[in-house]
Amino acid sequence: MKLSNIEFGFDNFLAEMKKLKTEKHFDYLVTIVGEDFGPEEGLGCIYILENTQTHERISVKQLAKQLGDEYVIPSIYHVWASSDLLEREVYDFLGIKFLGHPDMRRLFMRNDFEGWPLRKDFDMSPEKNQFPMTDEPESDWTSEWNLTKDGELVETKHRLFDDDDFVINFGPNHPSTHGVLRLQTVVDGETIKHIYPHLGYIHRGMEKMMESMTYPQTLAFTDRLNYLCAMHHRHALVSVIEEAMGVELSERIQYIRTIMDELQRIDNHLLFLGTCAQDLSALTAFLYCMRDREHLLNVMEETTGGRLIQNYYRIGGLQDDIDPNFVQNTKAFCNYMRPMVQEYLDVFGDNVITHKRLEGVGYMNLEDCVNYGVTGPAGRAAGWHNDVRKNHPYAVYDKVDWKEITGTGADSMERYMIHIKEIYQSLDIIMQLIDNIPEGEFYIKQKPIIKVPEGQWYTSVEGGAGEFGVYLDSRGDKSPYRLKMRPMGLTFAGAFDKMLRGQKVADLIATGASIDFVIPDLDR
Amino acid sequence: MFDFQIVTTWFDNLLRQTLGLGDFWSILIECVMVGLIILTIYALIAMFMIFFERKVCAWFQCRLGPMRVGPWGVFQVLADVLKMLIKEIFGVDRSDKFLYALAPCLTIVASVGTFSFLPWNKGAQVLDFNVGVFMITAISSIGVLGVILSGWGSNNKYSVVSAMRGAVQMISYEMSLGLCMVIAVVLCGTMQLSGIVEAQTGPWKWLIIQGHIPAIVAFCIFLIAGNAEANRGPFDLAEAESELTAGYHTEYSGMGFGYFYLAEYLNLVVISGLAAAIFLGGWAPLNIGVDGFDAVMNYIPGFVWFIGKTLAVIWVLMWVRWTFPRLRIDHILILEWKYLMPLTLITLVVMTACVSLGLTF
Repeated sequence: MKLSNIEFGFDNFLAEMKKLKTEKHFDYLVTIVGEDFGPEEGLGCIYILENTQTHERISVKQLAKQLGDEYVIPSIYHVWASSDLLEREVYDFLGIKFLGHPDMRRLFMRNDFEGWPLRKDFDMSPEKNQFPMTDEPESDWTSEWNLTKDGELVETKHRLFDDDDFVINFGPNHPSTHGVLRLQTVVDGETIKHIYPHLGYIHRGMEKMMESMTYPQTLAFTDRLNYLCAMHHRHALVSVIEEAMGVELSERIQYIRTIMDELQRIDNHLLFLGTCAQDLSALTAFLYCMRDREHLLNVMEETTGGRLIQNYYRIGGLQDDIDPNFVQNTKAFCNYMRPMVQEYLDVFGDNVITHKRLEGVGYMNLEDCVNYGVTGPAGRAAGWHNDVRKNHPYAVYDKVDWKEITGTGADSMERYMIHIKEIYQSLDIIMQLIDNIPEGEFYIKQKPIIKVPEGQWYTSVEGGAGEFGVYLDSRGDKSPYRLKMRPMGLTFAGAFDKMLRGQKVADLIATGASIDFVIPDLDR
Repeated sequence: MFDFQIVTTWFDNLLRQTLGLGDFWSILIECVMVGLIILTIYALIAMFMIFFERKVCAWFQCRLGPMRVGPWGVFQVLADVLKMLIKEIFGVDRSDKFLYALAPCLTIVASVGTFSFLPWNKGAQVLDFNVGVFMITAISSIGVLGVILSGWGSNNKYSVVSAMRGAVQMISYEMSLGLCMVIAVVLCGTMQLSGIVEAQTGPWKWLIIQGHIPAIVAFCIFLIAGNAEANRGPFDLAEAESELTAGYHTEYSGMGFGYFYLAEYLNLVVISGLAAAIFLGGWAPLNIGVDGFDAVMNYIPGFVWFIGKTLAVIWVLMWVRWTFPRLRIDHILILEWKYLMPLTLITLVVMTACVSLGLTF
């Protein structure tokens, strides 16, 4: 959608934002985009909000107030819980201090990193950006910044741990964190008292890199974010660019994209079901899923040439037409897949130990899910109708007959079952479309140099684990002025503490298993 | 029925009478020989077990398992053992060096100790006390020390958590394990392992048949508790690969790790062997009271019976291992203290009643 930003002004900002949430029901904070708007406006943020009843989306723009060298914005930490990590991300990249946020530490960059990389005046010269050869310094203290009545910035220190706390690091090198996530966990025996997520171990600065690349070049990054949702991520990025440029896609492209997205979703869910079992030490169930995923990858490979990194969508269509055998292979796969899902339940999902391990574990109710921005199957397990495919239909999702799966359990078992049921839905969608792919162009020819008109857009798709969105600010150039991705996993990392306080260490693993986050996606 | 005592008596006579050695020398030589044989068999069985487990788990998981080294992958284990032997053993910074080094030794001692009790054949038993059952539980509990000390000594937080889990779990399940053996003792009237097996010879005399319902219940509890005692899935909380990386042996390399690895597999053999010996008749052949059939069965040597039964039990335990997900620590304790323990006690009472009223076969 093209953004038309509301502005409240610095003094009214917090009160107006609170009103938006309490009175107008905009209780889902989709993302916060920090941006350097240029020398005239300076630094600022764009807040994208969704009304969870009408699914209407609005965006609020707030410029930062400059106090000497410092930039400040009032924090919405106490309004939307998901803003905790999002504001820290903005602080990390742009150096905007959020007033009243109790934990203003860097999120992705090292603590001893100097400068604010997404500011336009950031010095990119290699001499200034040497690879550090020392260990990262880490403090037990966090800072909270506030303004006094005289308008002066004062710092309050908070301590993260008590003297007697037993702190265990889960990760960055751990078999069950699905990548290099580090969860600093305060435990009392086996019981969790607090979890502090530490991110950035695979931060590659994609958003910064994209600012100096042409639009076709930026595409290559998305597949490497979450390699299990390569298609979905690419879909979001090409959609936002196509929407900004006003490209009309042919029916054939939309059909093929929908089918590919759903195949990718089955791929993602299969790996989820497998790794969920593996994290609970049921290795056999893991290999059952991997066995069937192999068939799926073969189907996709014949058309795209890739198994993890697909590189299939491009601006204006697809890289290539579908393989001549694609229709037949996909149908064969769908027929093969349907009875197999029951097998995963037989070997793992219906097991009494599995139920004992997952039921009531990592519980998060509907209100908290919305507040923490826990989207995707995890949010739907709490009964939140958050499927982007239904709420903001794209491609041909509004033309096929399928159900949005929601549950009421709000725990890890429900999340597992949502994934199982979504596989059936994806198979239904594919079977409805596969025989009816219309003839037509698979690629709408674009100019050799792609330029996007001025403006700001935000488009999201339903990825395997949640909403994946891309914000694009174009100034009419051949490369984006600012491109920000809303990763699926970042909000999950922020919700961990809420979900798991008072539960067991083993529940941390079980909850991590039932929320399928992939760390490269969350670190970008 | 082949009696292994023929061999041992012949060897004893050879030393004492033919070579004319005194008590001291002949006993010393015999002990050294037995020790060497036990350790060799121990190592060989460990290698076989590793290969067996890899193949069995591969079959459960629609895989082939090791196939490259040698025909059907049989030399894979040799390569693994060689790798483990030549790997560097390095110490951990700020660990308790003494405990760190002691822990694997304790584990292996407990494992070899209990292994020596297995009745391989009639007359082929290294340790055979009149309080054998007590001795087995006593020695096997040394293994818990290995887990605690390694976890405590290696200066690693995962290891400490794992050590505490392991200790709690193993101490709890020892109760059921011991009581199950007591149930067998009630029926057989002896604590000596050879006596227990001897009591199971004859038609329909395997303990699980002789003691019918209470014995079957005891056998099942024995398998569950034994599985927990051997720290294998679904009770592998101490190791808990996906939670605590490798638990108490995270910081061990080379043969330090190798000892834990060996002990884990041999504990599986010991538990299965004991289950086979106590409940399934050990080396006693399957006799049904028909002379012709019994004669054929008796013709099969005892060690074949024993190994066959042990392998069958091992296979069942592996099946469980590769099917079930891991339990959580509180589930494990609830299972033991709220269900298994009371059930075992009831079974013990029922068994005693059955024996005193003569309700056994």
